[in-house]
Amino acid sequence: MVENRPFLTAFSHFVVLLGLVIVAFPVWMTFVASTHDQQTMLQSPIPLLPGSQLVENYTRVITEGYGKVGSVPVWQTLTNSMIMALGIAIGKIAISIIAAFAIVYFRFPLRMTFFWAIFVTLMLPVEVRIVPTYGVVANLGMLDSYSGLIIPLIASATATFLFRQFFLSVPDELTEAARVDGASPMRFFWDILLPMSRTSIAALFVIQFIYGWNQYLWPLLITTKESFYTVVMTVSRQANVVDSVPSWNLLMAMAMLAMLPPVLVVVFMQRQFVRGLVETEK
Amino acid sequence: MEKRVTFNERWLPYLLVAPQIVITLVFFFWPSGQAIYQSVLIEDAFGGNSKFVFLDNFIHLFNDPGYYDSARLTLVFSALVATLGLGVSLLLAVMADRVIRGATAYKTFLVWPYAVAPAVAGVLWGFLFNPSVGIVAWVLQGVGIEFNYVTNGNQALMLVVIAAVWSQISYNFLFFLAGLQSIPKSLIEAAAIDGAGPSRRFWDIIFPLLSPTGFFLLVVNIIYAFFGTFGIVDALTKGGPAKSTEILIFKVYNDGFRGQDLGGSSAQSVILMIVVILLTVVQFRFIERRVHY
Repeated sequence: MVENRPFLTAFSHFVVLLGLVIVAFPVWMTFVASTHDQQTMLQSPIPLLPGSQLVENYTRVITEGYGKVGSVPVWQTLTNSMIMALGIAIGKIAISIIAAFAIVYFRFPLRMTFFWAIFVTLMLPVEVRIVPTYGVVANLGMLDSYSGLIIPLIASATATFLFRQFFLSVPDELTEAARVDGASPMRFFWDILLPMSRTSIAALFVIQFIYGWNQYLWPLLITTKESFYTVVMTVSRQANVVDSVPSWNLLMAMAMLAMLPPVLVVVFMQRQFVRGLVETEK
Repeated sequence: MEKRVTFNERWLPYLLVAPQIVITLVFFFWPSGQAIYQSVLIEDAFGGNSKFVFLDNFIHLFNDPGYYDSARLTLVFSALVATLGLGVSLLLAVMADRVIRGATAYKTFLVWPYAVAPAVAGVLWGFLFNPSVGIVAWVLQGVGIEFNYVTNGNQALMLVVIAAVWSQISYNFLFFLAGLQSIPKSLIEAAAIDGAGPSRRFWDIIFPLLSPTGFFLLVVNIIYAFFGTFGIVDALTKGGPAKSTEILIFKVYNDGFRGQDLGGSSAQSVILMIVVILLTVVQFRFIERRVHY
């Protein structure tokens, strides 16, 4: 602050607080809706303060699901989402860190070809090539499987680039010292490079976990069995089912559960999150 | 940039790049090639016969008024998402940067929408504006505005824009805040001593210095509006009513999976690929320049 303008400061606080309230409002209403019974949620105007049905609603969706024919209990969709998100985050980090290691620390024919082959994947999000990718996955017999949910999404250039940038900044003296001491490349990788990459890995993990958890179109296309549904797609699916009597309370409880894990990750790993966001976007 | 010190191994590097290369080839190059290949074919409904038609799918597309409608809609939509999104988050970032007390807390309270899946964000906003129980729709009705996004195309588009901006707000906010905090305080102080008021300082110093961040965010937001908003559209309106929210990325999906028009959908995919490649090149050219800045 360069000068004291109490009015302007108060005004700034006011604007930011107003922004916070507007941004949080949809989630507040979702929470409120998830704590009432079905009847209350059918009469407009709906209440603005939480009700008494919190435990009942959440127990019901977790153990039984939305309660219609063919619905899946949320514990199962949450498990699927968790497997998918962890698989994508860990898989991406694992294959990119070794690819970046090879590209930075070795000289070999086709090195730059590989580099550019990885580089161009940066350009096309999965949504653009969705129809043919679906065809490939169907041909490989990977529909309705965890490998089909995870593997097509773990090829990504961002992680490889991040690790490449980081490896290039690692001093050459470390490599020389390791070579003088007779360490093999893999030994150097495990004992020196990997421990040094911890912060980058953490930052990347947060971003990729959220990316994996929030996938929508991909699981929607390749899963037909309910036992492979993810929580994000079931929420949106149930919201679009035309019912005579919609159970908003249960639907919103499901939506809360779908948001909770990634939001907790962002709030509690905020430093890694901000770092990952800034670093992956260059 | 290259390393001076490297290891000499014959097969190890190939082994190390193999997983990523294999996955890239199978799930990236193969489907992208297929998209290009299918965009020059017409397949009959049973998938058995396909006929080479060269650029017919593209010509057909460019003669289809529906495609222009969708393209125009996508331009309007991304312009709205980008301007509203950048405007709101710039305002919040400037205000949060001004206050010393509470800035960190404000940041925490503004970063979490990033973690909410676009499809879930669509459901939340759909609930708020639901014609029968939505609280905002009820308030609007109270002041005499009939809000029904299920039947009214413009209102549906407005709602999709609001949900899309909400989803992207934390991303823009974080980058603007980082940009603001990297502006040297001495510049602002010098201007203040010379008698420039807060708004003068903003427009003459802060805003120009923030323009690289702003331009970067503009490209990111356009890419987001083009491709990242699929979940929101699908959860809220499914492109309706009467195609009033059918943006290009949704049309690819609609024509390909629901309409079973593989050739047409692939031709659209190819066009979108070109668009996204152009946008990415712009983004990279710009970032390179910023590095030398």
